[in-house]
Amino acid sequence: MQDWKQHKATFASIAVSPVLWLVAFFIVPLAVVWLYSFGRNVGLTEIDISGTFSNYGRALEPLYLEIFGKSVAVAALTTLICLIIGFPIALAITFAQPKWRPWMLLAIMLPFWTNLLIRTYALITVLRTEGYVNKSLGWFWEGASSLKVMVGMAPLSTWEPLPLLYNNFAVILGLVYVHLPFMVLPLYAALDRLDRSLIEASLDLGAGHFRTLTQIVAPLAAPGIISGVIITFVPALGAYLTPDLMGGPDSQMIANVIERQFKRANDWPFGAALSFLLMYATFILIALQTLRNRSAERRS
Amino acid sequence: MTEKQPVISIRNVTKRFGNMVAVDNVSIDILEGEFFVLLGPSGCGKTTLLRMIAGFEMPSEGQILIGGQDMAGVSPNQRPVNMVFQSYAVFPHMSVADNVAYGLKISGVAKPEIRTRVDEALELVSLGGLGQRMPDQLSGGQRQRVALARGLVMRPKVLLLDEPLSALDAKLRAQMQFELAELQDNVGITFVTVTHDQDEALSMACRIAVMNKGDVAQLAGPSDLYEHPANRFVADFIGSVNIFEGKLTVDEPEQAVVDCPELGRVFLNHGVTGAHETTVWVAIRPEKITMLPAGQAKAKDSPDGHNIAHGQIKGLSYLGDVTVYEVRLESGRSIRVSRPNLSRWDQEDFSWDDKVSLQWHPTSPIVLLS
Repeated sequence: MQDWKQHKATFASIAVSPVLWLVAFFIVPLAVVWLYSFGRNVGLTEIDISGTFSNYGRALEPLYLEIFGKSVAVAALTTLICLIIGFPIALAITFAQPKWRPWMLLAIMLPFWTNLLIRTYALITVLRTEGYVNKSLGWFWEGASSLKVMVGMAPLSTWEPLPLLYNNFAVILGLVYVHLPFMVLPLYAALDRLDRSLIEASLDLGAGHFRTLTQIVAPLAAPGIISGVIITFVPALGAYLTPDLMGGPDSQMIANVIERQFKRANDWPFGAALSFLLMYATFILIALQTLRNRSAERRS
Repeated sequence: MTEKQPVISIRNVTKRFGNMVAVDNVSIDILEGEFFVLLGPSGCGKTTLLRMIAGFEMPSEGQILIGGQDMAGVSPNQRPVNMVFQSYAVFPHMSVADNVAYGLKISGVAKPEIRTRVDEALELVSLGGLGQRMPDQLSGGQRQRVALARGLVMRPKVLLLDEPLSALDAKLRAQMQFELAELQDNVGITFVTVTHDQDEALSMACRIAVMNKGDVAQLAGPSDLYEHPANRFVADFIGSVNIFEGKLTVDEPEQAVVDCPELGRVFLNHGVTGAHETTVWVAIRPEKITMLPAGQAKAKDSPDGHNIAHGQIKGLSYLGDVTVYEVRLESGRSIRVSRPNLSRWDQEDFSWDDKVSLQWHPTSPIVLLS
């Protein structure tokens, strides 16, 4: 690679437009919101940036801390479920025949390219009281009931549709559904890089498949697992649409609260403070991951 | 002395991958305690055969017996063999000692015994005291020794080695060839090694199976392969050789003559069991040809005009211990002649474009029927 220091003019001419873009559409708006977080509402639209910390103080009140904590718990559970489902999927893709691999990856990516709103509404039609899941279960229930009657037993009670929507279960299901590709892809990348002869060596030395998985494959795929966890956890923590559309009254997450501050409550300074707290939490996670990677690199 | 028992019996084994036949009806008996080498060019099926012994591939047809037991349906982790992988496959997240102890832990060996056996194994491969190192702190040669120790510590019936030295530099490779042979002699475990390197095979093996296109071209000891190759493939693959096509014109119990259009009449002081007037090939090793200034050649023990050729030096490469000359014969064919540099001035005897005569002894040519 050529050193950019030797071609400063070329480098600058290439860099100038993305830098401008970043400054104009990312740094500046973010800075404005950051300043808002130290202000207070004056009238309907005016914000007086007085340097107060009261917004942050309010954000740390138990009411909001609880929602924060709940968001972390929901995101963590989502990440865990994604890992449990995603690891076998990534393994399956890695060890599938080469000609099938691109198609399997495509199947993972396909939902990714569909609009989130459409995917979420599609999931709602599946889960709602009159949805496919409840309809099928009801059909089986009726069938079982009439079967019991046929052999002379008392029929089952009337079918009650399962509450699959507008609760925490639905939120986590929706989040897992949306975030699974984020988990599978880094896992697949890590597993694909794994030297197959290490697995064969483990088998050769007498280990079974499960032991090989836990003692050889999983530790060596650890970097992939960690990036998968972070890439899944961060957007799940800030999820807005899924809890909004699929959640019940008690399933709101921190992003929903933030949204309410900016819109209905018209309290931009408080919304800004909440947003930045969320961002700080994310940054700390990413920083930890970077530090860990650095120390791992130094070791090798 | 009792007859050695085969520890591995490969019986009519064929392996197909789709339409490709990787191993074609191969039968080999590998004896207890021998250093056996599967030698051949890449794609000859030697690695597939090794992987079938280890259990990573299943034969399409035929049978593999280890210690008299049929291995059909026996998974790799149940077989009494261990493998040293080409890439060494040392577990990068475990210390050297943990790598070596891995298999023992799985087989439930008691902790104190694991420790002594690991120490012994590391001592055996001259890695004593390096047990706490991580693999990324080791050189390639040391990693290879870890892989060896990890296999040997299991005391397998057979240790399988897949191109064990291919990743080492030339000097280390030569040293490891001796060490491996000595190690095998010390531990008495049967070694089966796959290699494409004929020097490696010749220097280490008790017996060598030369493989070509999924088939065993010849199975013999190192010197037999070199001095008595069974066919043109083996003659050409093992060492350097000149091969000329010819017709068998005389074939008697005590003498034979092959008429080679490109070389002249080749006389042998033994018979050839081939049909009169059939096409045969004559193979002569470069070091078994004597080069003299033009006109001075007089082949001993051969009829007049036999076992002599004339030509001009068209190329030479000085290799230190020997010089290899490329001589253009009168027929236009080139022949390779090597000459040991016994004194420090020998390489100056001949130079480019010198006219030379070549001669060889009646025992030197090898007649090949295929």
